[in-house]
Amino acid sequence: MKQLRELAPQVLGVLVRRYGDFGGAEDAVQEALVAAAMTWPEQGEPDDPRAWLIRVASRRLANQYRADAARRRREELAASWSMHRPPDAELGTDDTLVLMVLCCHPSLRPGAAIPLTLRAVGGLTTREIASAFLVPEATMAQRISRAKAKLREFDEPFRLPTGEDSARRMRSVLHVLYLLFNEGYATSAGAELGRPNLAVEAIRLTRMLLESLSDEAEVEGLLGLMMLSEARRPARTTPDGALVPLAEQDRSRWNRDLINDGLVHATAALRHAPTGEYGLQAAINALHAEAPSHQATRWADIATLYERLERLTGNPVVRLNRAVAVAMVEGPAAGLALLAELERPLGDHHRLAAVRAHLHERAGDRDAAIEGYRAAASHTGNLREREYLLTQAARVATYGCRM
Amino acid sequence: MRFMLLQHYAPAENCGVPMHEWRPEDIRAHIAFQQALNAELLASGELVDAQGLSDQAKTVTNTGTAPVITDGPFPESKELLAGYRLVDVESLERALNIAARASAAPGPNGVPIGDHIEVRQVMGAPLPEEV
Repeated sequence: MKQLRELAPQVLGVLVRRYGDFGGAEDAVQEALVAAAMTWPEQGEPDDPRAWLIRVASRRLANQYRADAARRRREELAASWSMHRPPDAELGTDDTLVLMVLCCHPSLRPGAAIPLTLRAVGGLTTREIASAFLVPEATMAQRISRAKAKLREFDEPFRLPTGEDSARRMRSVLHVLYLLFNEGYATSAGAELGRPNLAVEAIRLTRMLLESLSDEAEVEGLLGLMMLSEARRPARTTPDGALVPLAEQDRSRWNRDLINDGLVHATAALRHAPTGEYGLQAAINALHAEAPSHQATRWADIATLYERLERLTGNPVVRLNRAVAVAMVEGPAAGLALLAELERPLGDHHRLAAVRAHLHERAGDRDAAIEGYRAAASHTGNLREREYLLTQAARVATYGCRM
Repeated sequence: MRFMLLQHYAPAENCGVPMHEWRPEDIRAHIAFQQALNAELLASGELVDAQGLSDQAKTVTNTGTAPVITDGPFPESKELLAGYRLVDVESLERALNIAARASAAPGPNGVPIGDHIEVRQVMGAPLPEEV
């Protein structure tokens, strides 16, 4: 059924070009995919699966229009669409890319863009997406249909944006994929059987994006970043789900194949100057991947890369990571000095408290470390992280600082 | 029948020490116990949901003019909910039985903490014939 999902954006692209109605076509393709998942295993796969899906989805769409009280409006829509229609648009254009740009519209909240992209481009069913996000199926269906209603208001032609808008829209696509990956990263700890792995989906979609572009350094960077982070997954948690920080991970459990693939993409991202934010993050992760141990990591280079990233993005959270890297080179006091200005922008952000606690511990300041870990535990929204931070506070209180 | 098994931040019968003052081994054993219980209830088809709640709380009061938002209730307060399990079981007896297991979660030195677990039935919609 993997192939089935890969056909989803192609089939949807054909229908949208033919009928000009993204919302209706997307529903019809979803129904066709569900029908295929039910009938193919019993009756065997059709000779031309793509044609089968297009035929079934078109029939569903036609039935829908027939039943639709607002049929006239649809016809008008179809008529207006034909003006947008570029010549020979039926086949050959890369619909995956057009669909991604549409679904990751900057005016949609990420919470709406992510599930819509998973369904329209990723070919996941509403049920699968709902279970991945741990919400009821009806809630997820509603979220997707509201996202589509919003897209309908924009009434964009079904083609790639050009000029300045093109860069802005591509940034939005990358941001949505990045958030999707992070979602997978965060929800993976308690993952139950049968739930789609969102991190793996994000990698798949980013790879599809890369295939439909000829040369895009930031997509290479994002893909490299995702692969290199995902490669550490087996070492990131204990069998009972507790977090294992980078410093304590068993590096022999990192996924070497994924690291090798990730390094290829990270390197490709660095071929173009200036390196973008995803390229820089990929480079940082590449240095971790190549390090024989936490101690023997090229921390000075990592600190420099974080400094560049901080200048590029202005994101105060980047400085937290930079402080950790600087502390590895120059000692905890230098790291703590970097945190001083973060009080205002980050306030009681749990990661500020956690990094500060870590640096206090390395400096041997027991009370400040305990207090920091406790404050961080109190402010995190992630249960696994809270458990980890509470255990850190207890460890320092019981056994003293690990310097 | 659905029941909510509610846990609060109030001191347990056997343990008034907040968790961050335990030894790390005891915290790990406690977490492992909770996870094992959830896994068991999932396997028996009774677990609907289990969540822990942050101790950061705000209270909103709106009498129709401007909503008033205050911090708290604070962690010291006995009313502050720490987490819940939602279970779908055959009887009240079974819900009480699960609560008894959860209450005896291990604390410092592996001694059961005697957590006060509040058991509340989740009210359902009337069955069709009762309408």
